[in-house]
Amino acid sequence: MKPRLSPQVIPLAVSAAVLVILYVVGCLAFPNFGSPRVLINLFGDNAFLGVAAVGATFVILAGGIDLSVGAVVAFTGIFIASLVGQGYPPPVAIGLALVVGAGFGAFMGTLIHVFALPPFLVTLGGMFLARGLGFVVHPQSLSIDAPFYSDVIAQTLSIPVSPRLSIPFTAVCLVLVVALATVAARWTTFGRNVYALGSSESSARLMGVDIGRTKILVYTLAGFLSALGGVVATFYMQSGNPASFVGLELDAIAATVIGGTLLRGGVGFIPGTLVGVLILGVIQTLITFQGNLNTWWTRIAVGGLLFVFILLQQLLVRRKPGTR
Amino acid sequence: MNAWFDPLFWAAFAAGLFFTRRERIFWPLLALGLLLLFNQLFTPGFFDLEVRNGQLYGTRVDILNQGAKVMLLALGMTLVIATAGVDLSVGAIMAIAGAVAAQAVTAAALPAPVAIAAGLAVAGLAGVWNGVLVAVLRIQPIVATLILMVAGRGVAQLITGGQIVNFTDPTLSFLGNGYVFGLPFTVFLVAGMFGATAWLTRRTALGLFIESVGDNETASTFTGLPAQRVKFLAYVFAGLCAGLAGLVAAANIRSADANNAGLYLELDAILAVVVGGTALTGGRFTLAGSMIGALLIQTLTTTLYARNVSADIAPVPKALVILAVCLLQSPVLRAKLAALGKGRKAA
Repeated sequence: MKPRLSPQVIPLAVSAAVLVILYVVGCLAFPNFGSPRVLINLFGDNAFLGVAAVGATFVILAGGIDLSVGAVVAFTGIFIASLVGQGYPPPVAIGLALVVGAGFGAFMGTLIHVFALPPFLVTLGGMFLARGLGFVVHPQSLSIDAPFYSDVIAQTLSIPVSPRLSIPFTAVCLVLVVALATVAARWTTFGRNVYALGSSESSARLMGVDIGRTKILVYTLAGFLSALGGVVATFYMQSGNPASFVGLELDAIAATVIGGTLLRGGVGFIPGTLVGVLILGVIQTLITFQGNLNTWWTRIAVGGLLFVFILLQQLLVRRKPGTR
Repeated sequence: MNAWFDPLFWAAFAAGLFFTRRERIFWPLLALGLLLLFNQLFTPGFFDLEVRNGQLYGTRVDILNQGAKVMLLALGMTLVIATAGVDLSVGAIMAIAGAVAAQAVTAAALPAPVAIAAGLAVAGLAGVWNGVLVAVLRIQPIVATLILMVAGRGVAQLITGGQIVNFTDPTLSFLGNGYVFGLPFTVFLVAGMFGATAWLTRRTALGLFIESVGDNETASTFTGLPAQRVKFLAYVFAGLCAGLAGLVAAANIRSADANNAGLYLELDAILAVVVGGTALTGGRFTLAGSMIGALLIQTLTTTLYARNVSADIAPVPKALVILAVCLLQSPVLRAKLAALGKGRKAA
């Protein structure tokens, strides 16, 4: 008997294939596309999106949705920039920002669980709240001038590969977060509870899963990872801006879906989200290399891919009833 | 004219509250009344009305005019939400419709009625796309409409060539800036659309079909209702409403801005519907409630501006209103409050 791919793995396999094909096409079409620098930048430039998308994936796996991602990332950036500007040491500012992000997620999770409110509306409120509060902290873009940022993060913590090339710390963050999240989703009680909750809340309750704890924890984790995405973004941009990252939540959700996670919850893989983020990154890089195409083609391409993957999931789910 | 108009306005409002005291729209109407009362007492100039060149000007007229876009969107969104769906793409559809109409009167030099028809036709097509995804391919509505939400602005930019397209056509800009009988044209446009939608849903069985499908799709199908066709039509209608709103938005500023036209308005529209008393879970809906919800949101925004709150910080009070309304509608909180009330009585 031939070993067959389970329908849950097929979307991930397809998206991995799409990533490889896009990358190979890029390498064949443009001479410098295959250089290690492009590959490293692919990770480094999309690190903040990847970190935030991992949080969004957990929420989606648990059957919820988080619309506050972009606003929390922007808030974190301006919060850190403002604290550092007031003379706080950067590590303290980063720690505070992570606590605030996790607390924000816990607040939304509590509202969703305790009052049985739709996650869509609560996180929509959270999005407006975080976006507005960012402007309360500081109304304009603010650059971060601290030796910690320019020396420690940009130079000491980056891994040199050759004299002219080094792996930025942001890329390291992304890989670390994805690795830890994969372990957490697959081999911990919390991870199994998240999958159970997303598959069927009532069954999960009957199995003895602590629904409330899991739900609140998932949104706390998502808030924390959004804030961490914001921290990574400050490493990358060396500044904070309350008006930035509008619509990042859509990219995070798109990356999650393209990475093979079902939006109705319960099915999906964390590494798939990394693949999804890299696909978005490769499309962007391809369009930059091409030069003649405008940036709006990125959005159309992402929308098209989203359509293909949703259709694929729909077909797989329908062909095998009961597997969800 | 404030001296005699204000008492008349408040008498009419009070009468409205009295007649709706047992309806679902009582609470949003009361919230709107309280917000207006706050402005009457504490915001100088908010209630000023004046007639210039036979046209009525004042903050309340501005609220009606500015709120027109969300009110139009909320009409379509109400029906979609009533079928237990949601349409995230209406903001992007607005941008597309505005882009098509603007390009039609400028680059293609077509007459305005043709441009308006073209904008509406493309918006209707976008609605058909959403409808096919939801009703034929049975993709869950949030996901299905997310596709157009992501790609739609790209399409709009493709149409405008990435530029902001300015136009001077008087007929097209009349849609957003014109006055008829001393009132903004948008007021009549919204009233007409509201009347037509209310008539279609309440004087025919269509409204009942929509509520039935939203309440229990399987049961509706077994009763012989064309459930998928009802859903499909709801998305097409939402697309057309979004197209109309997009034309008004473009006409307002006499230009099509693919990046910013209708940005986040899908969220305002959903909020207006929910504030108005239609639950996101589908089933029963109230069009009048959605209109009041849209007016409440616009009045809140206008109040913040009138009180010199920066446009950037305005989302904060808006968020607090969303959360407060969600909490008030939460069955869990209501049960807890009811239990609290009973406990007091017993003690």
